[in-house]
Amino acid sequence: MTEVRHMSVDETSTEDLVAEDSSVIMDVSDVSVYYGSFRAVRDVHMPVRQHEITAMIGPSGCGKSTLLRSLNRMNDLIEGARVEGMITYQGIDLYGPRVDPVEVRRRIGMVFQKPNPFPKSIEENITFGPRIAGIPKSEFPELVERSLRSAALWDEVKDRLNDSALGLSGGQQQRLCIARAIATKPDILLMDEPCSALDPIATGRIEDLMQELKSDYTIVIVTHNMQQAARVSDRCAFFTTEVDSVSDRRTGQLVEYDRTEKIFSNPADERTENYVTGRFG
Amino acid sequence: MALTAPIVDADKTAERVRARIESGGRDPKDIGFRWLMFGTLLFSLLVLSVLIYDVVGDSWSILSERFMDFLARPSRSRPDEAGVFTGLRGTFWIGVFVIVLSFPIGIGAAIYLEEYASGGWFTRLIDVNIRNLAGVPSVVYGILGFTIFVGFFNQRFSDANAFGKVTAAGGLTLAVLSLPIVIITSAEAIRAVPQSLREAGYGVGATKWEVVRNHVLPYAAPGILTGTLLSLARALGEAAPLILVGAIRGKLGSDAGFFDLRQLGEQFTAMPIMITEYASKPGEDWVPVTAAAIVILLLVVLGFNAAAVLLRNRFESKREGK
Repeated sequence: MTEVRHMSVDETSTEDLVAEDSSVIMDVSDVSVYYGSFRAVRDVHMPVRQHEITAMIGPSGCGKSTLLRSLNRMNDLIEGARVEGMITYQGIDLYGPRVDPVEVRRRIGMVFQKPNPFPKSIEENITFGPRIAGIPKSEFPELVERSLRSAALWDEVKDRLNDSALGLSGGQQQRLCIARAIATKPDILLMDEPCSALDPIATGRIEDLMQELKSDYTIVIVTHNMQQAARVSDRCAFFTTEVDSVSDRRTGQLVEYDRTEKIFSNPADERTENYVTGRFG
Repeated sequence: MALTAPIVDADKTAERVRARIESGGRDPKDIGFRWLMFGTLLFSLLVLSVLIYDVVGDSWSILSERFMDFLARPSRSRPDEAGVFTGLRGTFWIGVFVIVLSFPIGIGAAIYLEEYASGGWFTRLIDVNIRNLAGVPSVVYGILGFTIFVGFFNQRFSDANAFGKVTAAGGLTLAVLSLPIVIITSAEAIRAVPQSLREAGYGVGATKWEVVRNHVLPYAAPGILTGTLLSLARALGEAAPLILVGAIRGKLGSDAGFFDLRQLGEQFTAMPIMITEYASKPGEDWVPVTAAAIVILLLVVLGFNAAAVLLRNRFESKREGK
């Protein structure tokens, strides 16, 4: 694990993106996502590397969230949503005929835009995932503490684990959702604009938390906040929308995917440069 | 001319602003509307209280003198001996049928419609038809109960002198009658569960059933409970379908106890039927009997409605973590 991280710290050029395939835990190749006949995002190529934070940025409606939700088959819940192309996780085609989406979501956890704790106690929020995964009850106390500590929430809630999660502040609720997501020990954490409903202080805490979680997890985050992407991510994918001249509908597309420093200092595409310098979007 | 220049004289404007702001919120239309709405509320309450006052007043001689006796006696030909035992027993068993059959089947169907069925044209067709069924007059369910349930019991228990017109047939009929309402209200309660809650469940690797059982149903419970208990209250007040299914006015052939299962295969009557029976008897002496029977039925129905409200409040406060 440490080796991999050293490699990613050392490498700077774009060529290494291809060379370093062993660390790719999830590969998105040639993916388009449709809602019925509407193509929300098209032709995405995006390898996700282990123990890195991969950020997806771009203007509203460019299909970032749509793509993110197809990475753990969350889009299955939406009527008419379908994926073309190939999304692999550890070499397995996630949309293969024998794949169990429930098992996929156990390994690829998700944190949503709006904090959505279960209307139950703080403890039950953490233990629900492990309970249905069949982890013995005797491990729960330790697991609750570890998950809450990992989410930097333990000290604030340790005396009221049986209180309702709905009594927590928005930032606490979102950290609880992160704790809930990591309680099932997933490989990858998908975060869909996790800070958009939070104030700057809570946002800062979650960003610090992501840096700490990086050593154990791989994180893919969608964000509207470019500074956030620049602060937290190792790699960055910039999406934009193009208007189809025939149907007049907007389809998202990946413009550029590279190391975050490169995206923000020396992007290859003019559209990326316009966006990150604030001239567009 | 600058847009900021006052249109009228500055002093006059200030006066008008002052007059408007300090008018004390006495817009005549607003006040009139408020009193109109209050009037409609008052009217509804007035009608209700006159009804209750009238019926309680009429029944007072019986309720105050022989309340327990009135509950324990069956239908008799003399007003001072008549009671509502047989009607209460029939209503009790009908309630059992509705709770045991209609609630689980109806809630199950609602879960299927909302959580499992694809939103295609077939689901919509079923949905529309269930709504139509809920609007079918209750007497039509009586005909259905007569042809199917009474016919069935008549063949099975031909030795009884009830000819299939038994408690079980009445209970089944009213269970079927309340089924569409149970489905609709439960489906609406399930539909009101936020999608984010389902996503949270799926996000930690729950199966559909785990999400439904652990998150959707607890969240929808207050709404489901209210709807189902109200449909029960409605079923208990139905008379028309029971007349067709053969509820008896007058003396029954059955002498089973209140909780006696044998009653299911015996002739029956129910509270609404008893009320019509007593109401149709000639003579002033029957007025208190009729009124007392009405009060008893009201108490039963109000009891269920109160239970619905209490349970809903409890579930809701649990949901909101208080």
